Amino acid sequence: MTDGLDIDCDELVEIVTDYLDGALDAGTHRRVSEHLAQCDGCATYVEQMLETARIAGTLRAQELRPDMRERLLGAFRGWKAAGTPPG
Amino acid sequence: MDVRQSGRAGAAPGAAADDGDGALVRELRAGDERVFAELVDRMTPAMLAIAAGYVPGRSVAEEVVQEAWLAVLTGLDRFEGRSSLRTWVFGIVVNVARRRGARERRSVPFSDAFAFAGEAGDEVGPTVDPGRFRGRDDEWPGHWASPPRPWDLPESALLAGEVRDRLRAALDVLPPRQRMVVHLRDVQGLAADEVCAVLGIEPGNQRVLLHRGRARLRQALEDYLNGDRA
Repeated sequence: MTDGLDIDCDELVEIVTDYLDGALDAGTHRRVSEHLAQCDGCATYVEQMLETARIAGTLRAQELRPDMRERLLGAFRGWKAAGTPPG
Repeated sequence: MDVRQSGRAGAAPGAAADDGDGALVRELRAGDERVFAELVDRMTPAMLAIAAGYVPGRSVAEEVVQEAWLAVLTGLDRFEGRSSLRTWVFGIVVNVARRRGARERRSVPFSDAFAFAGEAGDEVGPTVDPGRFRGRDDEWPGHWASPPRPWDLPESALLAGEVRDRLRAALDVLPPRQRMVVHLRDVQGLAADEVCAVLGIEPGNQRVLLHRGRARLRQALEDYLNGDRA
């Protein structure tokens, strides 16, 4: 068995996030990198996890329900009116 | 490979407020509704996700978020810039939601309480269908039998409306604690240590929740992208 393939694919997919966050010990991190260099399936899996996170980052400007937004803006106006100094 | 280096605006790790936060706070204090509306649009979905981790039902979560925004406004003078404005606001949501969650717990019958949050809602077991790997008596046990197929779609197609709609729908139905963490890490772009500080959870727990959440979202995209083109 070659380097890096002593981690099975079904084990690797469970430590992808630890790997991406740099939370693995150096030896395990290196073995994951080696595995990914040799295994298309796992490399695709990791790439897709990153892709997923990246697309999630574009949801940030997702639209809020209009009634909720209006309620919050109304609360802001109320706060502003209450805080306006007299005169 | 590091998802934190994906070049997303506003994803800078580290807790210190930048000058942009100072300016925002001044504009809010001056009553600039446009600035408030922008913050509301940007942060309210994550705030709703946080609230849903502590209280039952969407309407209660919405009340929590509204109360939190008011607490933010009335507390603006106390914002000292020791953390970013975002983490300060998210911290306020957590506090309001915790208080409200405790109150809800006292007012509902014990047996009905809290399927909505806590460890009970978190599943265990593999995040990828074991059927996709070779069996123990195979020459290559534990290796892919049906590996994921590359999506290799152009960037524009991945960011197109329908893919994002699928992802949003999958995000909305994640177990509450996974949803909180994915919102904060991936949607808002907070660093791991910021998420731990805001939610008061351990780094290992944070990664488990993020991993399980991301794995579900990836699967939802795979079902859509590969199913669609099959």
